[in-house]
Amino acid sequence: MAFYVVQFLTGLASAASLFLVASGLSIIFGVTRIVNFAHGAFYMIGAYIAFTLTERLSGAFGFWGSIVLAALAVALIGVLVEMVLLRRIYHAPELFQLLATFGLTLMVEDLVVLIWGPDDLVGRRAPGFKGAIDFFSQNIPSYDLFLIVLGPVVLGILWLLFQRTRWGVLVRAATQDRDMVAALGVNQKWLFTSVFAVGVFLAALGGALQIPRDAVHHAMDLRIIVEVFVVVVIGGLGSIVGAFVAAVLVSELNAFGILIFPKISIILVFLVMAVVLIVRPWGLFGKPEAAARKTPGLTVNPWRPLTSNERLASLAALVIAATLPLFAGNYALTVGSEIAIFVIFAVSLHFLMSVGGLASFGHAAYFGLGAYGIAFLAKMAGLPMIVCLLLGPLLGCMGAAVFGFFAVQLSGVYFAMLTLAFAQIVWSIAFQWVSVTGGDNGILGVWPEKWAASPSHFYWLALGVAALVTIALRIAVFSPFGYALRATRDSVLRSEAIGIDAKRIQWTAFVIAGTTAGIGGALFAYLKGSVFPDNLGISLSVDALVMVLLGGVETVSGAVIGAIVYKALNIWLVSQTDLSKLVLGGFIVLIVVVFPKGIVGMLEMLAQRRRKSSPPGSPLLAKPIESAE
Amino acid sequence: MSVAPPLLAVEGLTKSYGGIHAVRGVSFSLRAGEILALIGPNGAGKSTCFDMLNGQNKPDSGHVRLLGEETTGKKPREIWRMGVGRTFQITATFATMTVRENVQVALISHGKQLYNLFGSAPNFDRNEAGRLLELVGMGGYADRPCGELAYGDLKRLELAVALANEPKLLLMDEPTAGMAPRERVDLMRLTAQIAREKSIGVLFTEHDMDVVFEHADRIIVLNRGTLIAEGSPAEVRGNPQVQAVYLGEGLVYDARHREGTSA
Repeated sequence: MAFYVVQFLTGLASAASLFLVASGLSIIFGVTRIVNFAHGAFYMIGAYIAFTLTERLSGAFGFWGSIVLAALAVALIGVLVEMVLLRRIYHAPELFQLLATFGLTLMVEDLVVLIWGPDDLVGRRAPGFKGAIDFFSQNIPSYDLFLIVLGPVVLGILWLLFQRTRWGVLVRAATQDRDMVAALGVNQKWLFTSVFAVGVFLAALGGALQIPRDAVHHAMDLRIIVEVFVVVVIGGLGSIVGAFVAAVLVSELNAFGILIFPKISIILVFLVMAVVLIVRPWGLFGKPEAAARKTPGLTVNPWRPLTSNERLASLAALVIAATLPLFAGNYALTVGSEIAIFVIFAVSLHFLMSVGGLASFGHAAYFGLGAYGIAFLAKMAGLPMIVCLLLGPLLGCMGAAVFGFFAVQLSGVYFAMLTLAFAQIVWSIAFQWVSVTGGDNGILGVWPEKWAASPSHFYWLALGVAALVTIALRIAVFSPFGYALRATRDSVLRSEAIGIDAKRIQWTAFVIAGTTAGIGGALFAYLKGSVFPDNLGISLSVDALVMVLLGGVETVSGAVIGAIVYKALNIWLVSQTDLSKLVLGGFIVLIVVVFPKGIVGMLEMLAQRRRKSSPPGSPLLAKPIESAE
Repeated sequence: MSVAPPLLAVEGLTKSYGGIHAVRGVSFSLRAGEILALIGPNGAGKSTCFDMLNGQNKPDSGHVRLLGEETTGKKPREIWRMGVGRTFQITATFATMTVRENVQVALISHGKQLYNLFGSAPNFDRNEAGRLLELVGMGGYADRPCGELAYGDLKRLELAVALANEPKLLLMDEPTAGMAPRERVDLMRLTAQIAREKSIGVLFTEHDMDVVFEHADRIIVLNRGTLIAEGSPAEVRGNPQVQAVYLGEGLVYDARHREGTSA
């Protein structure tokens, strides 16, 4: 019995940090409507700076002063980030905001390694809370008790701040209707900046307070951000009480999940989240949002099929690509195969995201499922390669059918978070179910058969499949189904009013995209000869998003170009520098801020500008979409 | 006279939110080819009533029948399949698609080709789409991105989209809201003309009394959730209860001098 009580108290203590970080994220989202992916990075910087300061400053005041100083310093960094970066993208589509803040996260990951080194740092214990308390012969660290008290205290302080101060009233008002607050003459800029500073302060404080409990390391950001997403989604984005309750719930689920279901402890939390999202999509304490004004796209350039000249040009490009084995070496061919596979992956996400308007943040799940499908079929069932290639992607298809059904019930940020959560579930299964998936060691020895084994043959195979997939999806874009899908993206209301079952159309698109991604994953398994949980991890999902974004979200062919450029750049960067994440992160931020139409979008714009040297001379040419801020 | 059921029959429609009775026992009917206006002051229950007809909202009790077939409780898309087209108070169109594509989507849905993955949508019923656009005077705009259109043209486009499934009934929620006076007259004239030619029943709500009295064959008036008057424009205009609702009671002046400018 005593053991369970201690386990419960440990859970409560973990909840404190989680609550601090989650409440910060929630406050920021409430006012600015930005889901700050970089929140985990701020948490991590808070921990690192606190570590350095506590090493320098001595005594009780030194320790506690360091914790607060670290949080203040990070809040200052947050202010800078808000003023330099976020102010530029408040009106951008939410996908861009998520990606820009993710780019920041990548940069920070390399920066902390650069400054503090790659090793885990073990911090000092808190003065006055060094010992443990004996509880029926079980030990409870006294620092845990401090944290258990701290959580509700911070909740109380935040409550007073929001209920009793003028600033708090403004924040609550802006959470409900920021346009109205602006119309009443409140300086929005400073309100947003201050809110962001407070949110970041809380994140950094959460990080700093962790140092007596946990080692500081450079991967703590991703771990916490996923948990925080779960917390705010369960509690309700924008609700602080919700963040508290959900933080406790999630921490206790973690604490007891380990005891009860050691095999699926990670997925337990995600299952709870999925259930909450489906039953109460706005979270336990959130409020259902009035249908948000849809962020209009950046262009109103209508899509059209390729002209016959453009078709010839594409064919020529394909033929040239097919001649690569005549002059390139094996390494170049392997790189070429990998790029072709990522073209498949990118066009599959493009179909869902650009055509269907459903930005999935967990698309790698279906890529990875395709890869695992191959590994199971080839290694365990021993089927021939052709059969495997045909059947393997079915695992991606089935995963997409199940998860997609739930995911399309939601839209926007919640869709993104749910797809992310589903991808994490799949990742956890791959990671934890060691007897079947091999866990972290993966499944090795998945090699192609002789006819496809040489680099040039495999390259042709990958290139051919990539071309087929791209063409098939392009046909689908301009098929009646493609039109219906675009219709549901533009207006669900109008779609339903002309007899379209929007959710079923979106579900179908999800399954198509998932199956296609599975095809990419299947080839990837053969290319690498092995399958690992990383094949369905978050970073791969983000790779896909960046490829689509780089090419141009609002173009039809952007994904292909984006995948080629991004993957080539990525492979080259990794070979050139140890700071690939820093460069990549900076690159992502740069695209979002100065280059939001992507490569193909820019080219189209230039071509169009040349075409219309004279304005069309119509009184109707007031571009309401582009001028809508 | 005729035994055939009316195009639209509404019977005892009732809806309340908490203690507020938004709509109480509203009944009326509509014949094919007839243009019926649903009017009433703000908060009278027009929108609630309208949403229960198009499936956006479910009534607490009462029935809506289309040619004798129950539509109560059906989803908007199912009601559309039964032959009901609609336009919105604030236009809902596919902003990133061209004007023609907007109509083509409706035609694709009407032709039950929504899950056709391999056909060519740009060529789908292209002539029919063009014909519908000509009908509403938008023939010259077919290749324009919908997001570039002026508001009045969006309303016309919505009308073309609503006509794509050869509807028996058109539901138009404030069809002329947000339009210039000249455009209002044009749009309603066009609607009336199409409705009479094709024998389509039209039910519309409207705040602009000029539009109502000029184009409606018949008017029903809602106030505080109940139907207070029904009849030809002349009858409704002369109804003291309607005048009281629109002009307030106790004021003594000749309503005829104010007609058309109220609301």
